[in-house]
Formats: sequence, structure tokens, C-alpha cells
Amino acid sequence: MLRDITLGQYYPANSILHKLDPRVKLAGTVIFIIALFAGRTPFVYLMATAFLISVIKLSKVPFKFIVRGLKTIVILLIITSMFNVFMTDGQVVFKIWKLKATKEGLILAFYMSIRLIYFIMGSSLMTFTTTPNNLTDGLEKALGFLKIIKVPVHEIAMMMSIALRFIPILVEETDKIMKAQMARGADFENGNLVKRVKSMVPLLVPLLISAVRRANDLANAMEARCYIGGKGRTKMKPLKYHSRDYIAYLILIIYLVAVYAGKNLI
Amino acid sequence: MSIIKADKLTFEYIQRDEDDNVSGINVAVDNVTFNIEPGQFVAVLGHNGSGKSTLAKHMNALLKPTEGKMYVNGMDTTDNDKETDIRRTAGMVFQNPDNQIIGVVVEEDVAFGPENLGVPKKEIIKRVEESLKAVGMYEFKDYSPNKLSGGQKQRVAIAGTLAMRPKCIVLDEPTAMLDPSGRKEVIEALHKLNKEDNITIILITHFMVETIDADKIFVMDNGKIVMEGTPKEIFSQVDKLKEYSLDVPQVTQLAYELRKEGIPLPNGILRIDELVKELCRLS
Repeated sequence: MLRDITLGQYYPANSILHKLDPRVKLAGTVIFIIALFAGRTPFVYLMATAFLISVIKLSKVPFKFIVRGLKTIVILLIITSMFNVFMTDGQVVFKIWKLKATKEGLILAFYMSIRLIYFIMGSSLMTFTTTPNNLTDGLEKALGFLKIIKVPVHEIAMMMSIALRFIPILVEETDKIMKAQMARGADFENGNLVKRVKSMVPLLVPLLISAVRRANDLANAMEARCYIGGKGRTKMKPLKYHSRDYIAYLILIIYLVAVYAGKNLI
Repeated sequence: MSIIKADKLTFEYIQRDEDDNVSGINVAVDNVTFNIEPGQFVAVLGHNGSGKSTLAKHMNALLKPTEGKMYVNGMDTTDNDKETDIRRTAGMVFQNPDNQIIGVVVEEDVAFGPENLGVPKKEIIKRVEESLKAVGMYEFKDYSPNKLSGGQKQRVAIAGTLAMRPKCIVLDEPTAMLDPSGRKEVIEALHKLNKEDNITIILITHFMVETIDADKIFVMDNGKIVMEGTPKEIFSQVDKLKEYSLDVPQVTQLAYELRKEGIPLPNGILRIDELVKELCRLS
């Protein structure tokens, strides 16, 4: 079971969004976020809502899948909303003990929450429709310009894809070590927090040692296959733009311009 | 010209203590000289710590000799400019199948070598297809390596080196972590490559059975090559092999015991049918 997990949350489906070049999707996410922060007017939010709904429809990813991704930010949402509601000065609506909730605060909290929710939905939609591989490839290409300021883009992308390859292997190994230690009487489940953290030591030490050993082996194997870094490397499947990608870019630009042009209309 | 040639090769692991002073020298390979001709299937035998893995890493320029020379297809491995050429001439497959697969998809992993060499896209696709077909893994090209068995992973690793079009493949205990059926798969694939594509194979192993079809066997002990010859020659010296804590194949062992009991059997029987034939002749 454990070996089937994939990092991220790719949802396999056959949609136009899945077929788009990862660079377009990265740009799309960035543009969506920029547009979301264009201003705090109803028009901006209406546009963002329309955009998000149409993209979700296009992606064929079930809505409940996307909502599930929001669970992780519930606590963050509550805390930020609390701060907004009680810390903003203005017309007092109600009072709890010494804390004053203001009308301005409520409005602010409402907008902030929507922003945060849209932000997560938009970016998780990208990971839903792009395989981790493709995403790494896209990042390597899209951030290629950073090479000028000596950021090792290729190396970072290579590390990411190696990490992706080894996560299931290390998960499996953790499972194995855990069982081996349990067979020797280790207890990972009982006791208070301090005790439980301490009980992780006999799990983490062997895991770390094995990871280092694997890294050494892998480095040898990569060297044996003539890996000398990104210079002079070719690709079997280089990323290539199709006409649908250019159309998507065009739509994104129109969307961004429209949001900025119309942000004060309503 | 020989494809791999070692000339008085010595390699020392230097142990250092916390203050970086030399605390001990461990001679892993000790004054070894040999020649391997193109197209041969050579097996290197030896128990743990006999220096066979260290020797293998020299053939791929992963380690450089402390003394002496190692030549791969005439190229000196200490020459840094030739490193890439050496590595594409002598591909290497390691013991642990998981730790040498880089790609997240089988096909991508096989492409890793040629990508590093800067081979054009069309040629890579052709080579990936050919290499995967040569080891019988073409149907699995879109699989994740995590879903393959050990033997299959190891065959993918072999395809990965094949895609660099090597003249020679060095395998460092490729079957040590596999089950018997996986072991058979890998060894069969190697013999096929050796016969059909005339690729020189250097198989490092401690499973005797895998070596009986080799052209030549080297036995290593304590960093030295102590025996050299055809499988028949090597396995007829059962007592000497035992001295180096090596076993002989079961059939050879049986023939050896029978001979000790006074049954007139010839030396160096390696296969079951050979023994059957000899026993039938007796009656």
C-alpha cells in the first residue's frame, strides 16, 4: 500500500488542463494570484470566482477533491480571521470580554478568507493536473533565466526529481525499520509526547544511515552513467509549446488586463 | 587489442583518525595484472572483502589506482579528459537495483545516460527502445520502477547502460539482492547480450552457478588474483577453492565427493546432464 503513494496530489484525468504545458500552468497560477491581489473591490473577486469556476470545470477534477485540500488551512483561516475581526479599529459591532469586533474588521476578515481560500484552490489545482515530473521539468525551464545570476536551476530540479523517486522507497524502509524495532520491543504508540518523540530515535537513526548510504550509491551510479551536471545535456522529451498553450497564454493575459482595467468599476 | 587491461594495479584505502593522521592502510587491490579480450564473458569470484568490487570500480574510472595502471579500450583511467569516454565504453551496473535507478519512469531512466552524453532527441528514443527490447523490458516502459520486481529493475539498469552503447558492461554483484528467478532473468539477459551483440561482460559475483557458462574466471582473495582459467579448470580444483572460502556448484561438489569415495569420475563436472552422462557410462 505504502509504495503507491505519490507526492503531491495528482489527479489523473483526461482534460485540456492536464494536457497544457506545465509552464503555462505555472504562469497561470502566478497570474491568478496577482489578479487576486489587484484590489479589494467586488469586481476583482467576481472575476476571480468566475475564473476559478471555469478552470475547475475544465480540469474535470471533482470539486470535493479541491475542497479537501482546504482542510489544512482551516486553523490558519480561523486565526487570521480572529485577528482581523478584533484588531481592526472602527465601528464596534459587538464585544466579547475586552475584545471589540468592528464592522471594518468583519469585512476585512471576509475578504482575507476568500483570498486565502482562492489562493490555495488555485495553486492546488495546478498540482492536481500536473504530474510531479512534469512540474519539475516545467520549473527547470521556467526558472531557467535565473541561471544568469548563478542559481543552479538544473541541479535543484534534479534534486527534486530524485527526491520524488526516493520518497516511496524511504517510506517503505521506514515501515520495515518500524516493524523490526517493534519486533524487538520498541513502543511507538504509548506514552506522553516527550516519550513518543524519544521513541522515534531508534527509527530515525537507521533511516538516516540508510539514506546516506543510498545517496552514495546513487551518486556512483549517476557518475557511472556520465552525469556531469546540466551542461551539454539533451532531453528525450523536451517540453514543447502547442497551439493550445499559446491560446491559454492569451486568455491569461486578457484576464489579467481585464481585472486591472475594471477593478474600480464595481 | 584488449578491452580491459590492468597493469600492476594497486589500490589502498587510507583510514584516517580524527586529526586526519593516517591510522591504517587497507590494501584492497594488490598488484593485479590481467587482460580481457573483446567479446569475452568473464566472471570474477571472491568472498566478501576480497577486493572484487574495488577492482570493478576501477574499470569505470570511479576509483583511480594508487599504483599501476588500468586501461579501458586503450584509455588510461587516470586521464581526467577521457573519463566520459571510459564510462561510455565500460558501462556499470551495481548491486542494489533501487539505488541506481534515477528516473521516475522506466523509459526516462534508460534515457538518462544518453541524455547526459548530449545525444539528440530522436536518437535517444531509438536507443531507449532498442535497449529495453534487448533486455525484454519494452512492455514496461511506462511503469514506475517501484512497481517492478528486483530482477526487472536490474534489467532496466542494464538497459540504462546499454543505451550508452558500451563495448563492455561491468556488473558488480548484480544478483546479490535478487530471488532465484530474478537471478536467472538477469544472467540470461547477460548471455544474450554477450552472444548477440558481442558485448564484453565482466560479472562480479559470489554465486558459483552463475559462472559456469563464462569464458574465463578470475578468483580473487585478499586483493590478489589467485586463480585464473576456464570454469572447467577452476572448478576441478575443489580443495583450492575451499581454501579461499568459496563453494563449488552443487553438482561439482557431488562429483567430488563421489570421486573421494572411489568412483572414477573425471574432474570439473559443472552441469547435471554432464554428471548423468558420466554416471551412465560407469554402469
